[in-house]
Amino acid sequence: MKPIYMDNHATTPVDPRVLEAMIPYFTEEFGNAASRSHPWGWRAEEAVEKARKQIADLVGADPREIIFTSGATESDNLAIIGAAHMYREKGNHIITCNIEHKAVLDTCKYLEGQGFEVTYLSVGTDGLVTIDQIREAITDKTILVTLMAANNEIGVVQPVAEIGALCHQKGILFHTDAAQAVGRIPIDVDKQSIDVMSMSAHKMYGPKGIGALYVRRKKPRVRLEAIIHGGGHERGMRSGTLNVPSIVGFGKAAEIARTEMDLENKRLLGLRQRLHARLSEALNEVFVNGSAEHRLPNNLNMSFAYVEGESLLMGLNKDVALSSGSACTSATLEPSYVLKALGVGDDLAHSSLRFGLGRFNTEEEVDRVADLVIKNVQRLREMSPLYEMVKEGVDLKSVQWATH
Amino acid sequence: MAYSEKVLDHYNNPRNIGSLPKDDPNVGTGIVGAPECGDVMKLQIRVAAESGVIEEARFKTFGCGSAIASSSLATEWLKGKTIDEALTIKNTDIVEELSLPPVKIHCSVLAEDAIKAALADYQNKAQRPQTAVAQA
Repeated sequence: MKPIYMDNHATTPVDPRVLEAMIPYFTEEFGNAASRSHPWGWRAEEAVEKARKQIADLVGADPREIIFTSGATESDNLAIIGAAHMYREKGNHIITCNIEHKAVLDTCKYLEGQGFEVTYLSVGTDGLVTIDQIREAITDKTILVTLMAANNEIGVVQPVAEIGALCHQKGILFHTDAAQAVGRIPIDVDKQSIDVMSMSAHKMYGPKGIGALYVRRKKPRVRLEAIIHGGGHERGMRSGTLNVPSIVGFGKAAEIARTEMDLENKRLLGLRQRLHARLSEALNEVFVNGSAEHRLPNNLNMSFAYVEGESLLMGLNKDVALSSGSACTSATLEPSYVLKALGVGDDLAHSSLRFGLGRFNTEEEVDRVADLVIKNVQRLREMSPLYEMVKEGVDLKSVQWATH
Repeated sequence: MAYSEKVLDHYNNPRNIGSLPKDDPNVGTGIVGAPECGDVMKLQIRVAAESGVIEEARFKTFGCGSAIASSSLATEWLKGKTIDEALTIKNTDIVEELSLPPVKIHCSVLAEDAIKAALADYQNKAQRPQTAVAQA
């Protein structure tokens, strides 16, 4: 049987309609969008401006507020470093949280080396920050709040509109890494008072290597110091020849997301609930990580006690692509910092699986994945000394482990 | 990350899974690792009283595929060896046999620790068989 891809937080396949839109821009319409002297350039520019509008429409922005980048990581760097450098004279304090993507956390660490001060808010057991936490962290030196819209591991959705309203009230810039949110849940930069927002095409059935940064032009007019110089493209914020075919694909992906989001989300939520129900009916001691309520419809992150995540994936990965917060699947030998931040014990963090449902997953696939996970968890539990000890009535917390 | 054929084989067809009665004076049990570290191995041996040869070995492992393979391989190697022979099994032998990559070397170390712990447990019981039985 054909293997199933269910790791849509890592990346998504390009939608065939997106690919179809892109193809002419590799061969026939290969012009440089910055060429003003001939029709090839004009047509490329026209295609870019159409895509800019498609993306702006998806998030309630003006097309002039969309800056193309190579992806969400670059967008995060430009937003955070660009704002920090531009507003350095106003203050040196940045607020973020401890479950942000590394593109945000490592960028904040970099700025700490330059004398900036960063407050890393601790999320609750549901993975959410509260408005009160942010309010208390704000000082007269705070220039930027950067908090993700939706988390890439546990799919929890932060109270973006409330955060934005607080920032606007205090006159502080609000950046959100919305790589997992844009195209998946409704985002409106005005209604949610977002000043700067990172987006990525390949999380919404567009191509890899293309992203965008929304940069507010009015109330307030946001200025960012460029990181990449040379030619002054994209309002001077991001120089470099535009990747026209990918931009066209990104635009098409945004248009499809906007028109199909409502239907798709209902379907994905149904699949997610089905998957969760099947797993929790068949297996005991399984736990959902992160808020069930404030969550992307396509995300399920569960821990399967007494079974290690990588060994579980090893039994699954010829049939289904998933990911785990287990240390063994990371280069650092540390379990997921996101799960640890929620207060999930290291043992359960090692036992987690992330399911990322997508546009092309079917109900049959969900059933097959549920069956496979159940079978493999049961097999590995039979192999697990922890499961055996618990069945014998041993309290694992009371055991003196011979750590290595 | 790609797994070696031998790791996959042990993962898919683990040898000697199970448990031996840990209070049996001829059984030695080693439990090493910790759930927080992502791997726990339980390795058991049963030693024939007259010959001093390991006649049975069993394991249960919570851990990644390489940890499962390392302990499965260890039980294969233990069977038929005397205690002294068993003590010569080194983690580097396991690394070589399973072609473990550098990030998985700790799995082989854990397996060696489990072997040593099981052998030590057996030897402790052998020195004080009465006490062990009385406690059980």
